[in-house]
Amino acid sequence: MNIYADNAATTKTSRTVIDAMLPYFDKFYANPSSLHTPGQEAMEALTRAREAVAKCIGAKPNEIIFTSGGSEADNQAIVSAAMIGKSKGKMHIISTAFEHHAVLHTLDKLEKEGFKITLLDVHENGMVSAEQVREAICDDTCLVTIMYANNEIGSIQPIKEIGAVCKEKNVLFHTDAVQAVGHVHIDVKDENIDMLSMSAHKFHGPKGVGVLYARTGIRLTNIIEGGAQEKGKRAGTHNMPAIAGMAVAIKEACDAIDTHTPKIVKMRDKLIEGLLQIPHTVLNGDRYSRLPGNVNVCFEGIEGESLLLMLDMDGIYASSGSACTSGSLDPSHVLLAIGRPHEIAHGSLRLSIDYDNTDEEMDYIIEKTKKVVEYLRNMSPVWSDLKKGKREYVIQ
Amino acid sequence: MLYSEKVMDHFKNPRNVGVIEDADGIGEVGNAKCGDIMKIYLKIDNDIITDIKFETFGCGSAIASSSMATELIKGKPVKDALKLTNKAVAEALDGLPPHKMHCSVLAEEAISSAIKDYYDKNNIPYTDDTFKSLAHSHEEE
Ligand SMILES: Cc1ncc(COP(=O)(O)O)c(C=O)c1O
Ligand SMILES: [Zn+2]
Repeated sequence: MNIYADNAATTKTSRTVIDAMLPYFDKFYANPSSLHTPGQEAMEALTRAREAVAKCIGAKPNEIIFTSGGSEADNQAIVSAAMIGKSKGKMHIISTAFEHHAVLHTLDKLEKEGFKITLLDVHENGMVSAEQVREAICDDTCLVTIMYANNEIGSIQPIKEIGAVCKEKNVLFHTDAVQAVGHVHIDVKDENIDMLSMSAHKFHGPKGVGVLYARTGIRLTNIIEGGAQEKGKRAGTHNMPAIAGMAVAIKEACDAIDTHTPKIVKMRDKLIEGLLQIPHTVLNGDRYSRLPGNVNVCFEGIEGESLLLMLDMDGIYASSGSACTSGSLDPSHVLLAIGRPHEIAHGSLRLSIDYDNTDEEMDYIIEKTKKVVEYLRNMSPVWSDLKKGKREYVIQ
Repeated sequence: MLYSEKVMDHFKNPRNVGVIEDADGIGEVGNAKCGDIMKIYLKIDNDIITDIKFETFGCGSAIASSSMATELIKGKPVKDALKLTNKAVAEALDGLPPHKMHCSVLAEEAISSAIKDYYDKNNIPYTDDTFKSLAHSHEEE
């Protein structure tokens, strides 16, 4: 059996999306910035794509900027808000400790340029509250940027409430919704969102294309300088196949949320319950305010990369927040942010499932994971010490 | 593939996993905080390593390095085992990715540490030089 359970990393491009993209390679290949007839045909397709994306999140078409993906959208949203703030002498930004690096590294850069950054603590269940945001806002605050749903532990934040606080305090609010768009219903107006980032490949669209939604009236700063595309705010010839694909993907995903979610949630809950039967295992992220397809657990006494390699041999494709998979010496900053100690954070497993997965696959994953965890624990000196009482269990 | 076939072979079928209850020397290096711990158990008879076992908490290359290192010194005189370098372990595995070399360093250290334990228990004299890898290996990472 081969089971792809890494949909938070990226998803399979849907067949309808591929079919929608293909004509833009060899039929409607003209540049939408060209004045001739085929160019204008491409421009019409671009307009339709913009309308489709806008509609899915309750925005207006002129509030949609196409980018190269979620990272670029995050960069542009944050830098833009920072520049607006700077022009008014407001140099304080609020975010959280468990954002994606596209956000955190952009904030690091701004900090070096003199901005003051407050990273809110994340509660053990992977949540931040609107109250925390309210307490952190001061007269100097120019931006609050908090992710809609966390990419590792799946917790969905109280975005509408946070947005309301920002609105009341007259502070710009950006949310990295890369993991949420196409998986939960989002309405930017209703949820008081000023700026939002998304990425097509997380909802069965192509890789390398995304969108920054920025409410009318927010002056954007360019990340990419050049031609006059996207009202001069994002240069570069439009990636028409990808943009057309993204438009189809977002509509398909948003239309399917209500029918797909119950099945995905049921599989997710089965997986969570099955994995929590393994002794000394803990769930990461809130049990209920959670992305439909996200499962993330820590197993005491084992390390994540070896766990992934073993599961891979069983045909299960997942991910982990261990140091060895993050490419640095520290395990996932997300797990550390929710207070998991290093030794536990190294033993994490993320399974991100989708509508295409099946109930049988969940049984198979549970069965194999149980075996693999036991096998690795049996060769772990940490586990022997725990069993002998020479070391105390972190996870009861 | 991230890892060579040799690494995957030793990861999938690790040699010498386990513990030796009446070991003559035990060495444990690394810590759970940084994500890799190796523990080596030695049985030594007439200066020959007659049996060796390991327990490892760590990534694929940590497990493979432990397995390979134990294979390389099993049946060898203690003095030869002391000469085992992390490079030799990595080479025997047909190489490790650069950011995984620390796993082979850990294997070298674990063996040195187990031999030191054996020397200490048996009052065998040694100089500072004998176990210099234990003091320096972290800089080499
Ligand atoms: C929460 C979050 N933000 C941003 C990104 C970056 O998106 P992209 O890969 O499209 O640049 C990702 C995807 O890895 C993500 O999960
Ligand atoms: Zn390692």
